[in-house]
Amino acid sequence: MDVEKIRGDFPILERMVNGKKIAYLDNGATSQKPRQVIDSIVRYYSEYNANVHRGVHKLSEESTVAYEDARRKVAEFINASEDEIIFVKNASEALNLVMYSYGMKNMSHTSRITISIAEHHSNFVPWQVLAQKKKAKLEFLDVDAEGELAGLEDASGSDIVSLVHASNVLGTINDAQKICKVARDGGGISVIDGSQSIPHMPIDVKRMGCDFFAFTGHKMLAPTGIGVLYGKKELLEKMEPFLYGGDMIIEVKKESSKWNNLPYKFEAGTPNIEGAIGLGAAIDYLNRIGMEDIRKHEIELLSYALGKLKDEVTIYGPKDARKRTGLVAFNVPGVHAHDVATILDEDGVEIRSGHHCAQPLHDRLGLESSARASFYLYNTKEEVDRLVDGIKKVKRVFA
Amino acid sequence: MSIEYERIVHIWKNPPNRGEMKDADVVAEGANPICGDKVKVFLKIKDGKVRDASFTGEGCAISIASASLLLDYLKGKKVGEIEKMDKEKVMELLELDLSKNPSRLKCALLPLMALKSKK
Repeated sequence: MDVEKIRGDFPILERMVNGKKIAYLDNGATSQKPRQVIDSIVRYYSEYNANVHRGVHKLSEESTVAYEDARRKVAEFINASEDEIIFVKNASEALNLVMYSYGMKNMSHTSRITISIAEHHSNFVPWQVLAQKKKAKLEFLDVDAEGELAGLEDASGSDIVSLVHASNVLGTINDAQKICKVARDGGGISVIDGSQSIPHMPIDVKRMGCDFFAFTGHKMLAPTGIGVLYGKKELLEKMEPFLYGGDMIIEVKKESSKWNNLPYKFEAGTPNIEGAIGLGAAIDYLNRIGMEDIRKHEIELLSYALGKLKDEVTIYGPKDARKRTGLVAFNVPGVHAHDVATILDEDGVEIRSGHHCAQPLHDRLGLESSARASFYLYNTKEEVDRLVDGIKKVKRVFA
Repeated sequence: MSIEYERIVHIWKNPPNRGEMKDADVVAEGANPICGDKVKVFLKIKDGKVRDASFTGEGCAISIASASLLLDYLKGKKVGEIEKMDKEKVMELLELDLSKNPSRLKCALLPLMALKSKK
């Protein structure tokens, strides 16, 4: 994998911040976009912009083909069939779709829903609200001292088991296959939030055995505003639409309407066409580099970072880079994460600080906030060095 | 910016006006859920003027230093002064230009916003 060549595809990496070349280490929040993705969107608007699934004219045919081609690329990328791929705006919407269309119909006061304390708010709040509305029981799996999911067997018998694949704070990669088996054997359905896993490793929903898999595009080189819900066909077919309106119907009469086939039943209104096309281009790009190689590169970078950081800061999550994605959350003892991030930013090193939309996890760890550096395919060891230098500077300023 | 930051860190380490006030006339609380900054401001008021002021709370260096400097400034001033204060005044007290740093400006404004919400 030629990182220098990859870097050349990302115009933003040339940017200067406070007079320094940017070291973008906030990929967990959103990734940067390669020229190929940006160009695919420019091309769409310059050459064949038209609404999809409507006109019979040339432009509409072309945009429909491009939109559906993106769906095929997503399906192949995760080993699903095209009618199981629903385009949404982000992972939160994907999870809300499951919550409303499956949860509201099938849950009751006797139901159990299991999530974990390490969930991103996107996979936390919808289930909390569902449990409140249906008076169902909401249960939380804990994390152990290493930051790994604990007590998975307690999820057995739950009607819905919805867990994060890779934690956006601890980095921990959960054994999704095992999670889905526990859910299935206990008679429940499994929902996997893959927002932090799919940009960084190969995903195969068939092998995983999940009922639903939700992710967002913008963390995997695609634009914002496009996400995906994968759902098993037999479940999606039984579910009612989430949103009603244009494009999701076959027939509308004064008295009632008939819903469209999968996946269109769940895609009401004009969709994010440019977003889907951009996501398709992002997948082409990732495939060209190879997900296995990206994973290897991140393990190497993370091992390097963990080694350099372990004497400087308090690190959260597993110590073994192979058990986690390419991110590291940490605190400089005695210094608020925001102060760490501001001082790093002075030298063009961009990291995240706060609770990373995982407030219950921070409460559980007894933290107000944490700093997080998250890597991707274009990051280098030199950038990790700049992170470490920045942290040393923070310690000098706060000494 | 590190040089100005050092001044903030200096204040943050041993912030003047930190502590609870039992007989306060005004108690105002503010929190910034994004970063977990929490601050509680106490004012003792007599004849329409701030006679004493203190705060408690946890947060980043900027929010703590801002509370400390704000209360120093308000002591002896008319209560009406609080309403007149704005972000420019807070940045002036902090000697930090956060105009291009809106997320950190929020940290700086937390103590003032807490007091204003009480009015």
